[in-house]
Amino acid sequence: MDTGDTAFMLIATAMVMVMTPALALFYGGLVRRKNVLATTMQSFVCLGIIPIIWVVYGYSLAFGPDVGHFIGNFDHVFLKGIGLEPGPYSATIPSLLFCAFQLMFAIITPALITGAFAERMKFTAFLAFTVLWSTFVYLPVCHWVWGQGGWLGAMGALDFAGGTVIHINSGAAALVAALVLGKRKGYGRDSMHPHNLPMTVLGAGLLWFGWFGFNAGSALGAGPIAVLALFTTQVATAAGALAWGIAEWKVQGKPTTLGVASGALAGLVAITPGAGFVSPVSAIIMGGVAGVICYLAVLVKSKMGYDDSLDVVGVHGVGGIWGALATGIFASTAVNPAGNGLLSGNAHQVVVQAVGAGTTIAYSVVVTFIILKVIDVVIGLRVSSDDETQGLDLTQHSEVGYDL
Amino acid sequence: MKKIEAIIKPFKLDDVKDALNAIGIKGMTISEVKGYGRQKGHTEIYRGAEYVVDFIPKIKIEIVVGAEQVGQVVETIRNAANSGTIGDGKIFVMPVERIVRVRTGEEDHDAI
Repeated sequence: MDTGDTAFMLIATAMVMVMTPALALFYGGLVRRKNVLATTMQSFVCLGIIPIIWVVYGYSLAFGPDVGHFIGNFDHVFLKGIGLEPGPYSATIPSLLFCAFQLMFAIITPALITGAFAERMKFTAFLAFTVLWSTFVYLPVCHWVWGQGGWLGAMGALDFAGGTVIHINSGAAALVAALVLGKRKGYGRDSMHPHNLPMTVLGAGLLWFGWFGFNAGSALGAGPIAVLALFTTQVATAAGALAWGIAEWKVQGKPTTLGVASGALAGLVAITPGAGFVSPVSAIIMGGVAGVICYLAVLVKSKMGYDDSLDVVGVHGVGGIWGALATGIFASTAVNPAGNGLLSGNAHQVVVQAVGAGTTIAYSVVVTFIILKVIDVVIGLRVSSDDETQGLDLTQHSEVGYDL
Repeated sequence: MKKIEAIIKPFKLDDVKDALNAIGIKGMTISEVKGYGRQKGHTEIYRGAEYVVDFIPKIKIEIVVGAEQVGQVVETIRNAANSGTIGDGKIFVMPVERIVRVRTGEEDHDAI
């Protein structure tokens, strides 16, 4: 066991934890004031739900001994056998710390999806969705990529910090959720502009900060690859923020604060799978392209007519797919011996990345659809039309965000 | 006795208040209001989606004075609130039937 690695991973784990309340701020600012608490709650309460699932069976299904290359078994339920010694996933840090680090990823992923159904889902339906989705979508996909014996990892897919498991996966689920729930009442007629953008920008800043733990921590040790991941994260995000701002400046005549903050997020999403595999210059290209294509994806959304309220598909889905493919393009053994991409002569890597992304999308779309349909029949997904008009804060939680 | 209601641009409030103080107006009530006239609204853009905002923030000032002061007060407000651009606002003058000071029960001119 290495105390330096352990110290670093303790801090990285705490930094990834901060990303979920940061997401609550980011999303909370984007909705109308009558829904600020309900939206915040949907992220924040994941910090309560997922750790319990993780201890009882989540970690075991994701990282337990492999069953059919698809999922882990029940050997580690209630964290049986996960102790303070290094384990198969972590040669230099305690198994329990690896388990804690992975838990933070499992928390934020369902929280990301909430942006797609913001302002209209029943809290009870949301709770059921979060438990079922984490169990039947997150845990298997996590095992495919990172679990020992998982088929995507075995195929050689490069996913440094969870671009496929977290962003493509949540982006695909978000698209289904937006379609199944339908548009918010008054969509396209009433003004639904953000009620508190300073809160959103604060959230974006905290996400950026936490992402250093997310990406650099995915090196699982305080070594050179962690440094590379931290650096590529910073410059890809910078390029994403600038690119989105410049793109909307050209298209709409003004650069917006929300645009620059969204571009930063697009850059963060895109660099996630490649953070430890690409050079800083490649990272700038990955982030910059992400800023532009995610902006275009958000513009296209308004034409397509589905109501992905807070653009989870445009930012996490599209940014995630681009990041996965770009990792297959830019990965280089010059910075990390793990693998080469297209530009280093390994065109096959792009195919592997595309298969990983495509399979994850297909699986996530189908299972998310089934989960939502079941919940719709048993509980009902949407609040009543009256409750939606009145706002979810009052009708779901009997409180209001602002008493000014 | 007349009530003067002036709708002005928010950033002109301090100028108007100082100018009214300078001519001896001792009290006023203000409120934050929204509205539009010939200035119309403005457009806001959030992630590429454009929203036309019809109602823009204004300040409403209410002052009650004796009839003999009305001309001077209206002129003072007009000078102080004028930025020369569309949307500077409007001033309304209307009669007041009766005034009562809550603390003393004084009425009308004594209560202004």
